[in-house]
Amino acid sequence: MTTIDLGMPAGASIPPGPIADAITASVESHGEKQTALKAKDLKTDQEVRWCPGCGDYVILNAVQSFLPSLGIAREDMVIVSGIGCSSRFPYYLNTYGMHSIHGRAPAIATGLAASRPDLSVWVVTGDGDALSIGGNHLIHALRRNVNMTILLFNNRIYGLTKGQYSPTSEVGKVTKSTPMGSLDHPFNPVSLAIGADATFVGRAMDSDRKGLTEVLRQAAEHQGTSLVEIYQNCNIFNDGAFELLKDPATGPMWTIPLEHGKPLVFGPDGASCVVRDDFGGLRIAETNQVDASEIVVHDATREDPSYAFALSRLSSQDLRYTPMGVFRSVQKPSYDAMMAEQLHEARLEGSGDLADLLAGGDTWEVQ
Amino acid sequence: MEVEPLMTGTNSTAAPSHSSGAVTTTVSSSAPGGLVKSVVELDRVVIRLAGDSGDGMQLTGNRFTSETASFGNDLKTLPNFPAEIRAPTGTLPGVSSFQLQFADHDVMTPGDAPDVLVAMNPAALKANLAELPGGGLLIVDADEFTPRNLAKVGYATNPLEDGSLEGWQTVSVPLTSMTLDALADSGLGKKEAERSKNMFTLGLLSWMYHRPTEGTIRFLERTFRRKPEIAAANIAAFRAGYNYGDTTEAFAVSYEIKPAPMKPGRYRNISGNQALALGLVAAGQRSGLPVFLGAYPITPASDILHELSRHKSFGVRTFQAEDEISGIGAALGASFGGALGITTTSGPGVALKGETIGLAVMTELPLVIVDVQRGGPSTGLPTKTEQSDLLQAMFGRNGEAPVPVIAPRSPGDCFDAAVEAARIALTYRTPVMLLSDGYLANGAEPWAIPDADSLPDLKPAVGFATEPNGEEGEFLPYLRDPETLARAWAIPGTAGMQHRIGGLEKADKTGNISYDPANHDFMTRTRQAKIDGIAASIPPTDVEDPDGDARVAVIGWGSTYGPIGAACRRIRTSGRKVAQIHLRHINPFPADLGEVLARYDRVICPEMNLGQLALLLRAKYLVDVRSHTQVRGMPFRSAELAAVIQDAIDTGNPAAVNTDAVNGALQ
Repeated sequence: MTTIDLGMPAGASIPPGPIADAITASVESHGEKQTALKAKDLKTDQEVRWCPGCGDYVILNAVQSFLPSLGIAREDMVIVSGIGCSSRFPYYLNTYGMHSIHGRAPAIATGLAASRPDLSVWVVTGDGDALSIGGNHLIHALRRNVNMTILLFNNRIYGLTKGQYSPTSEVGKVTKSTPMGSLDHPFNPVSLAIGADATFVGRAMDSDRKGLTEVLRQAAEHQGTSLVEIYQNCNIFNDGAFELLKDPATGPMWTIPLEHGKPLVFGPDGASCVVRDDFGGLRIAETNQVDASEIVVHDATREDPSYAFALSRLSSQDLRYTPMGVFRSVQKPSYDAMMAEQLHEARLEGSGDLADLLAGGDTWEVQ
Repeated sequence: MEVEPLMTGTNSTAAPSHSSGAVTTTVSSSAPGGLVKSVVELDRVVIRLAGDSGDGMQLTGNRFTSETASFGNDLKTLPNFPAEIRAPTGTLPGVSSFQLQFADHDVMTPGDAPDVLVAMNPAALKANLAELPGGGLLIVDADEFTPRNLAKVGYATNPLEDGSLEGWQTVSVPLTSMTLDALADSGLGKKEAERSKNMFTLGLLSWMYHRPTEGTIRFLERTFRRKPEIAAANIAAFRAGYNYGDTTEAFAVSYEIKPAPMKPGRYRNISGNQALALGLVAAGQRSGLPVFLGAYPITPASDILHELSRHKSFGVRTFQAEDEISGIGAALGASFGGALGITTTSGPGVALKGETIGLAVMTELPLVIVDVQRGGPSTGLPTKTEQSDLLQAMFGRNGEAPVPVIAPRSPGDCFDAAVEAARIALTYRTPVMLLSDGYLANGAEPWAIPDADSLPDLKPAVGFATEPNGEEGEFLPYLRDPETLARAWAIPGTAGMQHRIGGLEKADKTGNISYDPANHDFMTRTRQAKIDGIAASIPPTDVEDPDGDARVAVIGWGSTYGPIGAACRRIRTSGRKVAQIHLRHINPFPADLGEVLARYDRVICPEMNLGQLALLLRAKYLVDVRSHTQVRGMPFRSAELAAVIQDAIDTGNPAAVNTDAVNGALQ
């Protein structure tokens, strides 16, 4: 088992911030934590209510199978979601969970993660929830680097409200609310996250269990906020949205697999590659037209986010040249760890005394 | 401060300044040069300091308040400042003032009108003179009455010279140039030295009212410890002002106000925001839970965030969120994790938090929402006080979403109200609205420091669930305590208690999603019954009716306690009878309130809104409550309230009250 990020503050010298006795007592009330789990231990008795054939089922199965490998007790995991199809997720995992309100899951998870660094906190959200109504919370969670993992299910459509275009829908999308085609330009969630200086950003496909599990594993291990964009098929309102990448005939041509330390060569027979362009960005080239030394070797750990950003800009809104995998994974102190450190520092000379506090400042005695 | 009233006279007399309260006059010190000065003893004084926003009037007022508090007078303060940090210098919108009443007895308000007005420039004079009763003492900084400054506020001639100030005892003092003279050797430039003129003024006032000066000197040393030359200059200016009073012929009289009788104990001066913050820290300590504050800066609530941020050694976490919604969201997330979640804001923030408050109602988690009310609607009057968020607090959410509402009555009472809000939130697993306002937030009074160990023990209210409570060994998160109807609260990390909550309707007991019509009806009524049931845990209605036979009652809530109380004292001094009812709990009301109201022939309800409490009382009790309302951004004047009450008593005429306002609120 790899070292798993339990949200403990980075740096062994800093103990976690004060957690009140009442919380500690509750957490310790059942003795040792049961961490040897199987996928079935994470299932609940709730009937799963997504449409038959929804990509969410595949993701749920992948997550249920993957979580036990983290070695975290299920009572120490909390899934917080917003509103939308994807946000039903917590009901189907036998952990603690909160199905909250539209767009606010990152805010709620921030308070939970910052006050309970002993927990493994996850946010499940969708493209409408995270990027439209909740856009502000998402970017601020990312820049703050609170220790949590955000799974953003991107189906490029509003499913729960029956098929309006979303902030990731391609321009010209014809939906019930845009009969003549949508006018606004879509967000690229990965670009947005890197723009907000996210310390971990990855992308995976719902149907690619191996690839998805690998990105999830790295995201969970990461200290700070991790964002994983998961392309998810809505077979009712936006079926086939990712077919270009899923179809074995076209997928390899347009998918750029990201592997740390490996040259960015892709396509049938490695015919395509990524090289630097003249303006400091990246471009696609034909492998046999460039010198091997020109091919970019993927480095997710670059401090400067401009490389990861350039990588995210290779793809067009019709999904050609879509990098999949981990774009960026850099170490930065997490918000909760720094908060715990400040609390620890404030207590170096002893915990606060209420009587002293109340009697602080200028006082006088009346006999 | 609940001491018998000792009030003598009013401060709105036209007699020369202070003489209304003068008790004895004794000749005392003789200054250098053989000048004999007399000391007049007063029972109370109202001073208003007014200047440009950059003149440091708030600081000067706060320092004078601290000196006065430590001397042992009772006091109340009223800071009044513009929303702009720096409006253009010397203009009317830029005027900032600080009023304080201090006395040898307990006082309930900062005073209706000043006895003494200090005007640091023509704008301050123009903005405040109308409120200084004739004969009042007026001290002005003569140096600032330049043609340019006069023109800025539309004075065609200099009021110091044109005779227009004859109705007042005007003392024109070159405060600025004397400050500059005093600091001639300080090494400071003119601009920097000029900034100390507020300390010169404070020194002069400290001499006039025999205030202890050590505290201010210590304060200046502490504040400017990294800039010793600034500390020295301010102290020099302060001393120069004091000595000027002592030696000048301009002031032949100084005043003495004896300490007020107070219950024995240790006291400090405290503002409402400070008391509220300390109350929240105390609630954390007494419940054994970590305090988590999620907040977005907003006037006039930000000082609570500032104060709580300083108490990390109590395990208090403060999170400055990206917006109001995130502030409350994070607080609710922390509550889910077992913290005492708190969010602090003002009216516009409450509007944004509404949806999350609804989620807290549905998830039945403890949460304290502090609304320091200000003038509205929309951005309204950020720095002015109002009580117009009551109905928003009661009803500003979708669906049937009952939330307990409580309100403090004075700056010091904000402490107890905060502890009470936490008690209700934890005991009943519910969001609680705590309605302070701008007047309480920034106003200050002496506060009897409570014994930390005798504060309410909130630990029994917490009781995290750690064992399954269902018949089949399962955990039922919505199984309720039969007495409080509070649901079981199990926190993440507790094995075997995993559960999911959220905003969708919950099935009874299991908390699973339920769209069943009968279940929704049952759960809606149960949530309401839980809040209604809080009435069983609160004290009976607080009625002050010394003789017990008043026929007219005045009912209020929140910060109007002082002005209403002072008005009632006036009424009683005149031989009339009136009962004062003041509500801390507005939702639910005390169980006996309907019965109490029915006892009186007439019930008057003064509010700084257009009749919101009156609306609730009328709706709930079918009592003909009459509103008297005002939304001027300032607290009521007690003389005005007394006139309304007196009219109601004497004429029994409902027209005595502001019927327009009543109709405005009820139609």
